[in-house]
Amino acid sequence: MSYSKPKFRHPDLPTNELGLTKSDYEGAISTLCAGCGHDSISASILNACFEMSIQPHRVAKLSGIGCSSKSPAYFLGKSHGFNSVHGRMPSVATGANLANRDLIYIGISGDGDSASIGLGQFMHVVRRNLNMLYVVENNGCYGLTKGQDSATADLGSATKKGIANPYEPMDLVSLALQIGATFVARSFSGDKRQLEPLIKAAITHKGFALIDVISPCVTFNNSVASTKGYQYVREHMSHMAVDFVPMREEICTSYQAGTTQQVCMHDGSAVHLHKTGADFDIHDRHAAMEAVYHHKQAGEILTGLLYMAHDSDDLHEVLGTVSKPLNALTENELCPGSRFLDSINEGLR
Amino acid sequence: MRRIEAVNDFVIKFANVNGTGSASANHMFAKSIFRMGIPVSPRNIFPSNIQGLPTWYEVRVSQKGYLGRRGGVDIMLCVNPQSMADDIQSVDPGGYFIYDSTKPLDTRLMRKDVEFIGIPFTQICLREYDDARLRLLFKNMIYVGALAALLNIDFAVLKDLVSDQFKGKEKLITPNVHAMELGYQYAMENFTCPLGIRVERASEIGEHISYTNHILMDGNTATALGAIYGGATVAGWYPITPSTSVVEAFERYARRLRIDPGTGKNNFAIVQAEDELSAMGIVIGAAWNGARAFTATSGPGLSLMTEFLGLAYFAEVPVVLINVQRSGPSTGMPTRTQQPDILAAAYASHGDTKHVLLFPSTPRECFDMSAEAFDLADRLQTPIIMMSDLDLGMNEHMSPPLEWDDSRKFDRGKVLSAKDLDNMDARFGRYLDTDEDGIPYRTYPGTHPEKGAFFTRGSSRDVYATYTEDGEAYVHNMQRLLKKFETAKRYVPAPKIKMAKQKTSVGALFFGTTASPCYEAVEMLAKEGHAVDTIRIRAFPFNEDVEKFISEHEVVFVIEQNRDGQLRRLLINEGELPPNKLISILHYDGMPITARSIAMSMRDSLSDNKVTPITRKTAKKVKS
Ligand SMILES: Cc1ncc(C[n+]2csc(CCOP(=O)(O)OP(=O)(O)O)c2C)c(N)n1
Ligand code: SF4
Ligand SMILES: [Mg+2]
Repeated sequence: MSYSKPKFRHPDLPTNELGLTKSDYEGAISTLCAGCGHDSISASILNACFEMSIQPHRVAKLSGIGCSSKSPAYFLGKSHGFNSVHGRMPSVATGANLANRDLIYIGISGDGDSASIGLGQFMHVVRRNLNMLYVVENNGCYGLTKGQDSATADLGSATKKGIANPYEPMDLVSLALQIGATFVARSFSGDKRQLEPLIKAAITHKGFALIDVISPCVTFNNSVASTKGYQYVREHMSHMAVDFVPMREEICTSYQAGTTQQVCMHDGSAVHLHKTGADFDIHDRHAAMEAVYHHKQAGEILTGLLYMAHDSDDLHEVLGTVSKPLNALTENELCPGSRFLDSINEGLR
Repeated sequence: MRRIEAVNDFVIKFANVNGTGSASANHMFAKSIFRMGIPVSPRNIFPSNIQGLPTWYEVRVSQKGYLGRRGGVDIMLCVNPQSMADDIQSVDPGGYFIYDSTKPLDTRLMRKDVEFIGIPFTQICLREYDDARLRLLFKNMIYVGALAALLNIDFAVLKDLVSDQFKGKEKLITPNVHAMELGYQYAMENFTCPLGIRVERASEIGEHISYTNHILMDGNTATALGAIYGGATVAGWYPITPSTSVVEAFERYARRLRIDPGTGKNNFAIVQAEDELSAMGIVIGAAWNGARAFTATSGPGLSLMTEFLGLAYFAEVPVVLINVQRSGPSTGMPTRTQQPDILAAAYASHGDTKHVLLFPSTPRECFDMSAEAFDLADRLQTPIIMMSDLDLGMNEHMSPPLEWDDSRKFDRGKVLSAKDLDNMDARFGRYLDTDEDGIPYRTYPGTHPEKGAFFTRGSSRDVYATYTEDGEAYVHNMQRLLKKFETAKRYVPAPKIKMAKQKTSVGALFFGTTASPCYEAVEMLAKEGHAVDTIRIRAFPFNEDVEKFISEHEVVFVIEQNRDGQLRRLLINEGELPPNKLISILHYDGMPITARSIAMSMRDSLSDNKVTPITRKTAKKVKS
């Protein structure tokens, strides 16, 4: 069941530029397990949208199937949402985006949804550089079907059942980098200071933006032997702090010296990267792939913004579609009328 | 030997090797007869292969306008030694066998009851052309020229066709015409031309010409144009024969007709997806978001789309799916025709799912129904599946011209705008049956800041689109979907009924490409004194007329091109009809069903005034 929240609003609640309060960005009450990482991610998305003053109804939420894919019901209740079928959200998002390029598309998926049943669709939506934020809520297991290992479970990692996973893991971040993703980040559901700016940057990014968020499943995969549990991730995270500065607050300037790298986005917004563990150029795909690999070899999980393309064409630009949303075109633009049919008929006689 | 004598009424078949450029020459042959005012229906019979295997091209010429396959071959033109032995066997007694006589024919293959006409095509080519490629290509034009002489085809018409074909490449016109002249001259000098089988301009033999405004067109192109006219803007697809040319034609026309004049940008988006699951997902996403979207596929693709079709049914998303059927199961005979997906499409997906099906039987109907499918999908908020087939989709058919009423507006169905939402007092409920027709109101994403947002899902929900596992709410919703399916009967194309001149208790029921040979078979039987009423089904769900027709006849032949009598089963399943009244006539060898085989099956049943159900064996005995 979903429950609606009471509509009570405190007069002193802070508002954003649209005059909306955070409660305007809420969804139904979550039915996920208390402590589930997915709920923290929902909260971060909610905060990011609030702070960016996004009109909730200009967002479309899409998901596949899983605990993670249920979560779009629990934030942005004034947005349309589409909980589709297992592993196929990328195609539904592709169609939706083609129909109306003016909305913001947020896709929520799980590691089962994206790395197993939906791996094909995941790879191809990356290749299409669809303009969307794509969040994988990665808990290394199938939460909704009660804890089976997923394809992102690390070799030797064990869920609550205690059996070590015998297979090599699939790393969606590495895959995405390999096949040309234009924005790739990794984060942790328990690190909202990093996650929220990443979400803002990803929404601002023109093109496909992947955030692989490690999101512990407290019920089935939070044991000490699990590499996707809270404890393990906190201890092994190589953290890269990220700040997002919207376009209207600061004009993008060039590099700053010291430990901070400022990255300019296509609309003039900026991302500030506070480099600690990793030290590489955010526009260097190869360096990102290496850094991810080296950290993994060292038993660390590298988090932060790993790669962002300078500029790239999203699917609409590749296909050369008009700027007006396709769903707003009418008979006048779409139907050639009887005169053209006459010439067709003539050519077929 | 008595030779067949026939003016404007015969079947000619070409035996070629695929990949040798014969298709355009054969097309020119058929079109020249069409341009002489005589109805033709050409059919490609091709293997699932790119080069080197036998292909055939069968042309039915019928002054009376019978456009289905008749059965039998009166003239065989064979330039493929591989298939020659069988090709000779397939000629009707009294017919002609035209072959390449450069090498002598194996006398053991000769038949006494067939006239052999040898023309040294290869030799002529060797003499005339140095280039091997030209020899191959012009051989085809030479035989077309020879046929012009043998069959009395107006040479000027052929010349015009060559000019049309090579518009923009004028250099090619003279050599092609020359090649035809070589064949023409050889035939004129060596044989008595024309043969007993020949064509005459319809007007010259005093026939009333009712086909002058007709067109010759393949169903897939017509379907694609229907999608253009119906306002489709998004297409997701994955290549599969015989549906590929639907999307290819859509793209071709879109590049001409859907370019924004101001910016040169596209008023459409086509994505070749990674598979059919994705193709259907793209269509669902786009349609959910308010664009008109479609995909085209065939059997294997339909299977892959079924989970998504169930979602679209349950979540009530308007989807248009063009299924160009081919023979199954699995890969079956991928380049051969059948009507084998009726049940798979009608009940595609798990759970209690039913889909609206449309059955076109001419290119004109492909155009009309494809455009109409978008209105129906929006009106009914459910998938609409148009059931074409390989024969209709990939072969050219003579058809009434395409027409469009310029005052026609798209029916976008029950969609609430921001203004509608503002004027609404009641709470918006996505699945509320406000009008009691089972069809709820929807909103497009992004419509209104406060009202009208809802969460679409494949899981059970209440009328406000809120997730629920309450059994009553679930049943309520499922019953409404059933009511909506009832409502669909009012909107889908009605069946076409033709009553016999005399009153009769015998009926025939058919759909799609089975129709044309069925009408011919019924006329054959009428001449023999058997009156048969007919009903051509054009959509599922079936409306009251269908049940009425069946209940008013003692016997109804259900004629279709699959093994299991799928439409018959669907009728019994959905209509509570007495099964023993419905007699299957089935044909499913991959070739289009023929009028002769249908007539023979019905005749067998009707003689002795005794009607015995036709078993598969007796139905098969009738070879096409
Ligand atoms: C076609 C299909 N197969 C199987 C299922 C059952 N199923 C539901 S959720 C799920 C796994 C979800 O795992 P994940 O995407 O990681 O989400 P999580 O619950 O872990 O957030 C499975 C296998 C389904 N719904 N559909
Ligand atoms: S089972 Fe795991 S993933 Fe699912 S809601 Fe509970 S904690 Fe979250
Ligand atoms: Mg998971």
